[in-house]
Amino acid sequence: MSEAINKKRRQFGVMSFTQVMHYRLPLAGVVSILHRVSGALMFFLLPFILYLLDKSLTSEISFEYFRGFTSNWFVKLVILALSWAYLHHFCAGIRHLFMDLHMGLDKNSGRKTSVAVFAVSLPLAALVGLKLFGVF
Amino acid sequence: MANNNIGPKRLVVGAHYGLRDWLAQRVTAVVMALYTVILLVSFLSGSNFSYEGWAGLFARQWFKIATFVTLLSLFYHAWIGVRDIWMDYVTKSVGLRLAFQVATILWLVGCAGWAAQIIWRV
Repeated sequence: MSEAINKKRRQFGVMSFTQVMHYRLPLAGVVSILHRVSGALMFFLLPFILYLLDKSLTSEISFEYFRGFTSNWFVKLVILALSWAYLHHFCAGIRHLFMDLHMGLDKNSGRKTSVAVFAVSLPLAALVGLKLFGVF
Repeated sequence: MANNNIGPKRLVVGAHYGLRDWLAQRVTAVVMALYTVILLVSFLSGSNFSYEGWAGLFARQWFKIATFVTLLSLFYHAWIGVRDIWMDYVTKSVGLRLAFQVATILWLVGCAGWAAQIIWRV
């Protein structure tokens, strides 16, 4: 086993940002990187989400404060971003679970299911946005 | 067999490393997906969108426990995902990666404490 540990291996670094920009991702790759981006966004905004839950639940007074706070356009925008992140992560995650069961692993169905992820997550996110900004 | 997998002879490469975390990430994902459905159905079917309707959901003990279990699943799930991000991109310095990983754990444990406080205050 020690040979396996001591063996010198060629080191490959992470792609630089300029390299990434020249790399044409297939649609499944876009779903994949957005899965990571949306997950990271929700991770960093966890305190914001807990803050909203706290204000909405604690009392009727804090609930009124919550309503006032969420009527701000920028707060609405953040909530919309989080809603999109949740919807995308949810849909791409279900796609992941099916692929774990060895379903839809080939190139063509990978592309088809990527289209399906966007076809579900984006209209639902748009619906949340319309509701947030008072269209209906 | 007794002594050949400890200390400097510990097997650090090969299959099954990370299998537990991989599986935990899937199981916690299913827990969160089920909770999402339960939350949406109970909130929307109640058709009471005032404070009473919302807080009423969380007043029941089983719903508090379901919420807390889901949030713990979320924190475990997020730990695995964010750890993977550090492992993929912070490759130059082991110390820096460790610092990010420790910060991630502290962040999530802090959030778990806050979540418990929120849920059991209603």
